Amino acid sequence: MTAGSQTVKTTYREAVRAALREALQRDERVFLMGEDVGRYGGCFAVSKGLLEEFGPERIRDTPLSESAFVGAGIGAALGGARPIVEIMTVNFSLLALDQIVNNAATILHMSGGQFNIPLVIRMTTGAGRQLAAQHSHSLEGWYAHIPGIKVLTPATLEDARGMLWTALEDPDPVLIFEHGSLYNMEGELAEDAGPVEIDKAAVRRAGTDISLITYGGTLVKTLEAAEELGRDGISAEVIDLRTLRPLDTAAIVESVSRTHRAVIVDEGWKSGSISAEIMARIMENAFYELDAPPARVCSAEVPMPYPKHLEDAAVPQRPGIVAAARKVMGCHG
Amino acid sequence: MPSLGADMEAGTLVEWRVKPGNSVKRGDIVALVETEKGVIEVEIFEEGTVDALLVQPGAKVPVGTPLATIRGETQLAQPAPVIAEKPAEAARKAPAPPVSPVERAPIPSPSARRPHISPLARRRAEEVGVDIAAVEGTGADSSITIADIDRAASQAVQPKAPATAAERQAGLRKAIAAAMARSKREIPHYYLGAEIDMSRAMTWLTAENLKRPVTNRLLYSVLLIRAVALAIHDVPEMNGFWIDGAFKPGQGVHVGVAVSLRQGGLVAPALHDADKKSLDELMHDMLDLVNRARAGGLRSSEMSDPTITVTNLGEQGVETVFGVIYPPQVALVGFGKLAERPWAAQGTISARPVISASLAADHRVSDGHRGGRFLAAIDRLLQEPEKL
Repeated sequence: MTAGSQTVKTTYREAVRAALREALQRDERVFLMGEDVGRYGGCFAVSKGLLEEFGPERIRDTPLSESAFVGAGIGAALGGARPIVEIMTVNFSLLALDQIVNNAATILHMSGGQFNIPLVIRMTTGAGRQLAAQHSHSLEGWYAHIPGIKVLTPATLEDARGMLWTALEDPDPVLIFEHGSLYNMEGELAEDAGPVEIDKAAVRRAGTDISLITYGGTLVKTLEAAEELGRDGISAEVIDLRTLRPLDTAAIVESVSRTHRAVIVDEGWKSGSISAEIMARIMENAFYELDAPPARVCSAEVPMPYPKHLEDAAVPQRPGIVAAARKVMGCHG
Repeated sequence: MPSLGADMEAGTLVEWRVKPGNSVKRGDIVALVETEKGVIEVEIFEEGTVDALLVQPGAKVPVGTPLATIRGETQLAQPAPVIAEKPAEAARKAPAPPVSPVERAPIPSPSARRPHISPLARRRAEEVGVDIAAVEGTGADSSITIADIDRAASQAVQPKAPATAAERQAGLRKAIAAAMARSKREIPHYYLGAEIDMSRAMTWLTAENLKRPVTNRLLYSVLLIRAVALAIHDVPEMNGFWIDGAFKPGQGVHVGVAVSLRQGGLVAPALHDADKKSLDELMHDMLDLVNRARAGGLRSSEMSDPTITVTNLGEQGVETVFGVIYPPQVALVGFGKLAERPWAAQGTISARPVISASLAADHRVSDGHRGGRFLAAIDRLLQEPEKL
């Protein structure tokens, strides 16, 4: 936010809605479609009021068939529209994997550069709301495996407000993962907040002793952990990756080369994950800068439990992040 | 660790003159380093900000070891060069015997394992010469961290008393021995001598000094140095280095001036750009150089830059010098005693101040013909002292 600008109190949900409204107003080719985005106002109430404002041509309820409506989005993008497709959760997006991975991500390549797909797909991800094992997983790291798409993970009000327009401007498919526990996050946002860049990680808290690398739903917990570490005299830097594909490797390496220690915090599972990829890049690019083995704080390798206490125990929490950082720092006990 | 002479292999960092975060520019003194030739001030040749000091005071490191990293004005910190890891113990390198799928290779007992040490700490340990086997780790899982290495390095240094005069003297002797043995082993010297009539030079000098207060008077050795420096313009192949089988001309004329030290031994630090300096500047710089050579405080560039050496042994009563070239330089000019001699010119004999100049030169680079021209040029220049 620029110095001196007025701020307003808002929520992550309202910031996403403001971004949708701005996109619909600025470009008549933009339309939103997905399950319950119209009359119901969106499963998480993100698109509430948009049907009334923009009409059923541009706020379209779809049948319960992710494959069909993501495919329709790809077709619309090929035809010159700028579709925003909402999928209720990342778990449901698996029904549309064929469209996303086999079509959206490949058509530019397979057409010899003739047809690009300017499609944006938004979906929620993550746990924390007792929605159990078919609505709560963090599979954005899977999508980060796929060449041909970009993967954004807005974790702040600014990014919730600003990433959508930049994604729409991108000539190729962009997936935006909104962590479900963030929608109610309140904070101050500049009145004139607008588009933000999507290809750089951000240092959310500067520090000198250890780099805590995270994104999305675990950013707030990681920042709280950094504060707690600071009270123990450990100066933790917090890196918000913001974009998982392409990864800002330079920012990771630059930070770790200064602090010589790293902890990666990721609500995904460890095995074959984005956290593993980040570790690999640290090893490849900053091995001789490391003063301790990097550590990871990830979700327990179980389907997400329904009971609150088990769900809380399964995902990264502040005490776990603090403990991992202290261990990397060599603090005993 | 800069090379402060052809045969320097290692140096001991005595003191840092900068701290991380300090900005430095070309020519700043950043550290003091002790070598066999005494304590030398190390200059920096980069502009930027000191990023990290990699070697602790007291550590003796080989030439070429990074001492510190400098962050440029615009660039990010460059990771310091990676030091290759020493080969692991032979036992670990030996190929494992084939095992059946159900059998597992035995896990080495903890005592047989390599010490747990972070890559950063291992790199630092190699830089500062700490034996990691003797370091106790305080990091995660009792691993050795960079802090442990730094602590070990500073402890290792404390008990070590500064080198005594006798030790330094022995070291200096060793360095001279190595350089001179290499010179006689590798350099095919040829020697030329010439008697130079110094009457015009001395007459001019006497008149010139009469006009000056005592403190500003010139010594005739300054005329000799100036004449050698200017003669290089005529015969540039006397000025430079023999490196990797080829002559590399010197960048500028930096005359190494042989200075004997009171406790014995000698050094030959550079008078930089002696061909571009006035006699007054040369006089001032030479006195300064001699003082610092004897008191300590020579700079790294003065030790490594000389492109030709001048030695003047006339004060000892020497008639003629038969010099030994200081490698990798390719020439040395020696001057003997300045004395009145019978001098025949234009059919009469008169007494004139005469000096014997000699040239020892590297036959791989130049031949006697060119060497003769060089001595003749020195003679010619000394006949017109007012133009020096």
